[in-house]
Parts: sequence; structure tokens; C-alpha cells
Amino acid sequence: MSEKNASLKATQKKTQKPRSRGRWRTLLTPLMAIVTALILGAVVIVVTDTSVYDAFGEGFGAGLGRAVQVVASAYGALFAGAFGDPARMVRGLSTWITTGDGRAWVQSLYPITETLRYATPLIFAGLAVALGFRGGLFNIGAEGQYFIAGLTTVFVGYALTGVPWFIHAPLALLAGIVGGAIWGVIPGYLKAKTGAHEVINTIMLNYIAFRFAEYMLDVGGPMARGDGRPVSPVIQPAAQLAQFFPSNPNIRFNLGFILALLAAVFVYWLLFKTTIGYEIRTVGQNPRAAKYSGMNVARTVVLTMALSGGLAGLAASHDILGVIGFMPNAFSSGYGFDAIALALLGNSHPFGVVLASLLFGALQAGARNMQGIARVPLDLTDIVQGLIIIFIAAPAIIRALYRLRTAEGGEEVVMTRGWGQM
Amino acid sequence: MNENLNNTRRARTWGIVFLVFAALMLILFLPGTTGSQRTTFAFDLELSQALPIGNLTFSTQGGLYLLAVLSIFLGAWQLAKGFKQVYLILGAVVLMFVLAFLAWAARDRSMNMTGMLQATLLRAVPITLAALSGVMCERCAVINIGIEGMMLTGAFASALLGSLSQSTWVGLLAALLAGGLMGALLAVLAIRYKVNQIIAGTAINILATGLTSYFSSRYLQAIPELNRPPTFRPIPLPLLSRVPILGPVLFTNTVPVYLMLILVIVIHVMLFYTRWGLRTRAVGEHPKAADTLGVNVFKTRYINVILGGMVAGLGGAYLVLSSVARFDENMTAGRGFIGLAAMIFGKWNPVGSLGSSLIFGFADSLRTNLAILRVPIPSQFLLMAPYLVTMIVLAGVVGRAVAPAADGEPYEKQ
Repeated sequence: MSEKNASLKATQKKTQKPRSRGRWRTLLTPLMAIVTALILGAVVIVVTDTSVYDAFGEGFGAGLGRAVQVVASAYGALFAGAFGDPARMVRGLSTWITTGDGRAWVQSLYPITETLRYATPLIFAGLAVALGFRGGLFNIGAEGQYFIAGLTTVFVGYALTGVPWFIHAPLALLAGIVGGAIWGVIPGYLKAKTGAHEVINTIMLNYIAFRFAEYMLDVGGPMARGDGRPVSPVIQPAAQLAQFFPSNPNIRFNLGFILALLAAVFVYWLLFKTTIGYEIRTVGQNPRAAKYSGMNVARTVVLTMALSGGLAGLAASHDILGVIGFMPNAFSSGYGFDAIALALLGNSHPFGVVLASLLFGALQAGARNMQGIARVPLDLTDIVQGLIIIFIAAPAIIRALYRLRTAEGGEEVVMTRGWGQM
Repeated sequence: MNENLNNTRRARTWGIVFLVFAALMLILFLPGTTGSQRTTFAFDLELSQALPIGNLTFSTQGGLYLLAVLSIFLGAWQLAKGFKQVYLILGAVVLMFVLAFLAWAARDRSMNMTGMLQATLLRAVPITLAALSGVMCERCAVINIGIEGMMLTGAFASALLGSLSQSTWVGLLAALLAGGLMGALLAVLAIRYKVNQIIAGTAINILATGLTSYFSSRYLQAIPELNRPPTFRPIPLPLLSRVPILGPVLFTNTVPVYLMLILVIVIHVMLFYTRWGLRTRAVGEHPKAADTLGVNVFKTRYINVILGGMVAGLGGAYLVLSSVARFDENMTAGRGFIGLAAMIFGKWNPVGSLGSSLIFGFADSLRTNLAILRVPIPSQFLLMAPYLVTMIVLAGVVGRAVAPAADGEPYEKQ
């Protein structure tokens, strides 16, 4: 009897303070999703390593040991490629202090700056998709918006001459925003006016953008450099984004990262502190209710897509103005699909997107090191990212695996609707 | 009354559109020609069993005038009396415009029409299979954005197992299984876990890209013998392959191409004339009503989505076993997405999907032909055409495309 009472009290206690627990749980699921995806990635590494099979031939213990070794070397290289080697940092720092030569210290920071550099366009693209999700729109077109923005931003970057940097760089950034926004407005307008689903239209616009960029940059094309290569001219120095480590040309970590963080703060402010943001979220939650409460649903849809496209455009601006310096023909980078994963992982919250982007940036920076040192193909990150999306989108799998209870409360984000509904 | 007025206005607009096409033929193509120029359309292919029928040579200007006059007549008729089947006439006018363009492009030269039709069909094969995969899934209300990933998986499996066994049939079977497996993953996510279907499809695309690229760089690139699958040889059908034009285009093909043509018919008949089709469509339009009448909504969806995955896998197998004889990373190159477009353009209908895939395949084959004829039109713009057309159709400018009513909604059993 008393036992039953105790358990009853325990459950009452649990239900009494769901807030802190609920919040913790919402973080727990993504964390477990990441861990599970990494474990499955490790399984893929082990299963595809012949040395593990050889070791299992010698005995179970040897096989298991070899398997652990293989995974440790792969993920160790991944980690080192993403965050750097602490011992080297300490050595570099001590050289700097003792001799005043900071080069070794800066070089030891290279991996972590790569992570942040990779994360920068991901933050922009992730914010683009997250903003769309909040507004009930699925922007699969970040990739196409990125291409068009690349064209506009690089054009302003190289064609404009004799302008001081404090005007040129912002103008080039603005060109990227406008280019991306235009490519975002088209599906937004078509959705608002004709009900055509934005998923199909953004996919179509992606391919139109690829072809268009190909035409512009093709040898002999309007924006080709003219030296027989399908690339644009190099941007003017005044259009470049400020580098944080100009002394070391390997390190391409630049002002764009700060801009990305500011963009996240801006999106947060816009979504949760302004009337426009309230309208975007209301339209996303329930367009019918938004309409009956007097909101202009069509205008909000177009605006959301414009903002979303502009954010995706900034990803291209960062890559061109801060990293590459020109636009190559094969510019594709898969940001469009990464961005969807980021928005999901970050629960469509701007700060969640930033955290998710840092993780993906680390994965991408580390994957190159992993391929070079541990000879594990860098496509492993795609596998891990795909699995993360599946686990995040189907939290029931994770909950079943780890016997977690359902998370309570929290604002549900309507991702997108089927073709048929509006 | 009002609707009537609207209809007349709409009919009149189409009449003007037909006239514009006729004017464009005269404005765009006529000035570049001289009276002495001749266009040759060839119909005989080398190494073909078809009976030779010779070439068609005509005066370029004469041909252009004939096509323009025909279009003007159709436009005038539309304005004066109006056609019942206006879209059919629109198709005819567009076809005449394309012919006028070809006559202009091939002036003083020869263009092989049979070869072009053959290339059109071959390029349409993977797109059609992708579209059929979409039809299978979406007719029972499961959106399939993951076609691209399913095709890629099928292509990889057919390359690997085809190379290992040195048998095209094993490769084909492997592709079906791999595609079906991916379909099953989509089905489980969409039906069992009620994951947003677009997100599930996206995840499948990323996962398939990652898995195939990973295994390809681990095995196929390291051991070239693993990436040397045998290929299907074209099988000329007796008698039929001797028919001029149709013989080489339709009846001298490899097994996957025949399979595609058979599948279009089979799925069409199944969907509209069998009990299974009726159930599938009921589940797609109104799952609750179907459930009330005793149709197992979940089972129907599982079966259709897995079959849809297999069809997509077949599309991947075609690329490897009938076309390039090897697997390359991301070799599907967006065909899954074009298939999605073809499905919408074909109004979620198998025969319509084939038709729109053929149009997309034609744009693609035209590109290579124009490069040979050295026509100064950037090929990129021709490649954009399918996507633009899809957007126009989706926006309801030409014939509204309407999806199954419950498309994309998970079903909750009460």
C-alpha cells in the first residue's frame, strides 16, 4: 500500500515540474540522435575495414580490439581535424610567449578556424530553411538561391572599381542578399498567388539556377574570366571580407562568421520580438486563423521566402567574398540539403541552428583530415547527417532505443504541408 | 453567364497564342534563310534492320511557310469557332513550331529524325521510371522526394552485383531489391513513424548519396573489377523491328527499356481498371472513407511505396546496365527530380508521365543535335526548359495539375 502511494507521489512530483525537465528532454533527443548517428557511422567504418576481418580471423578479442582501434583512429582524426591538437597549441603558445614568434600558434589554430569557416555558410543556409519552416514553408531551394546570389555578389565584387572597402564589401553582400531574395520570392509569389507548392518550385528553380550559372560562367559566357577557364574574374580587394589571420593565408576564417552570428540574432529578434515575426509564425502554424484575424497571408508568404532567400544568398557572399575570391562553374556544395538537416536539428530556432551548424562545420572540417589520415572516405559525414535527420524527424525511434519518455510541451513547428493543402 | 464569358475569353486567348506561334515562326526563322536553301530530314539509320524509306528533302522557306500557314489556320479557327480539345491543338501548334525550328536549324544540312527520336526515348527512360515511382507512391498519398536517392542506390547495387556476378540479370535484380529497400525505409518513416514525408525523402537522398559515395570510394574505386558490370544488348523484336522509324526507335531496345514501356502500360491499367488501383486511389484521395469500407490503408501504402522504390531502382539499373556500364558518384544527376517534375506535368498519371518524360528527353537530345549542327543557342537554356514548363504547369497557366487530395498526410487510424 505504502509502496503504491510512494510511486503515486513520485509520478505527481514528475508531473508537477514538467518545465525544466521538458526543456532538458528537448535537448536530450537531438543529443541522442547525434550520438546514435555517430555510433552507426562507426559501424559502417568497422564493417568496411578489411583489417578488422583479418583480426577476427585470429580471434574474437583481437577482432574487437582492432575494430575499436579503427574507429578510434577515424574519429580521432575527425576530432583533430575539427578542433586541432591541444599539445601543438600549447607548444605554439609557449613559443609565442618565449620568442615572440606567433606563427606556430596561429597554425595550430588552423583546424578550429576551418570548423568555424565551414560553419559560417551553414549558419546562413540553416537560418534560411529554419525561417521558412517557421512560416510553414519548405525552402528546398537554398542551393539555387546560393547560386544566383553567387552570381550577383561576384559581379558587384569584380565589376565595381575604385570604391572604398567600407562601401564595396557591404554592397557586394547586399547584392548577394538581393540575388538570393529574388530567387526566393519567385516560389513565394507562385505559392501565394496560385497555390503551387514551394517544394516543387524551389527544386525546379535550383536546376534553372545551376544551368543559368553554368551559362554565365561557361568559357565565352557573359561572366567568364576569359582565360579559357569556366570561372568568373577575381573580386576587387575592396570587396573582400576582413580576414582574422591575414598573416597566414591558409587560414580563411573571416568576418563572415560574425555576420552569421548577427544574422542569427536578427532572425531571433525578427521571429520572436516583432509583429512581422508573429505574423510569420502564425501563418506557419495556421494560415486559416491568420487570414481570419486579418493578416495578409500572401504578403507574409512572399516576405518569408524573400528573407529566407536573402539569408541563403549570404552563404554565397561569404564563400565568395571571404574564402574563394571568385565564382567557379562547379560551385555546388550541397548546402541546400545540409541546411534542411540543420534547421531540423536546431528545431528551427536561430540559436539551435548556430549550434547545429558548428557541429556540421566540425564534421566537414574533420572529415577531410579523417580521409587523409585514417583513409575513411569523407562521404561518411553524409551518412551521419542523413541518419541525424531521420532520428530527429522520427524521435520515436530514439525514444524507443533509449526508453525515453515523451517530451512534454514545447511549440510544435509545422514543417510543411502536403501538395494538396494550403 | 459569367463562366460563359470567361470561357470565350479563354478560347480567344488561345487563338491569339496560336497566331503568336505562327508569327514567331516567320519572324525568328524566315529571315535567316534564302530561297535556294534545302532542309533534309533523314529517316534511315545505319546498322538498322528497318526497311529503308529514304530522306525527305524540301525547300526550307517552303516548309516554314507551310507550317506557319497551318498554325494561322488553327488560330483563326480557334478565334472563329473554337476547338473542343484545345490542349491537343496547342500540342500540335507547339510541335509545328519545333518542326519549323528544326527545318531552320538543319537548312543546307541533314538531320536524322529517327536518330533523334531514338535518343529522345533513351533519355526519357530513367525520367519515366522516376516519374512512375512517384506515381506509385503519391497515388496512395505518400510524397516521394527520395526518388533520386532510390535511383542512386539501385544504380550502385546493379554496378556492384552485376560486376561480381558478371550477369546483367543479377545486377537488375540487385537494383530492384536495393530500390525496394529504400522504398521500405521511406514507408516505415512515413507510415509507421508519421515523419513529414518531404523530410523523410530528403533524408533518404542524403543517406543514399553518402552510402553510395562511401562504398564507391572504398570499393569501386579501389578495385576496378568491382565496377565493370556487363551491359544489356539491344534485342530487335522479330518483324516489328523492320518497321521504318518505329522499328529502330521502339522495337530495337535493351531489356530495361522494354520493361519501362511495359511498366507504363501495366501501372496505367492496374491503377485505373483493377481493384488494387481503385483501392490505391481511394487511399490517396480519402483514406478515412477507404478505411471505413475495409481497405487496409497502411498495407496499401506499404506495398505501393516499396514497389515505387523498386521502380526507381530499375531507373538506376538502366543508367548502369544499359547506358554507361559503370557507377559514378551522383551519376543520377538530378534525374529523380526531373522525374518528379514529369509526374506533375503528367498529372500523376503513368501515360502522362511517359509523355512529359519524352518531352524532357527531347529537350535533352535536341541539345546534342544542335551542338552537332552548330546552332548558336546555349545548350543550358534548352536544359532549363523542362523545369520552366513544370513551373508553368504547376502555376495553372496550362491545365491545372491537381495532386491526390490526401497527398503527404500521414494516416491516423481511429
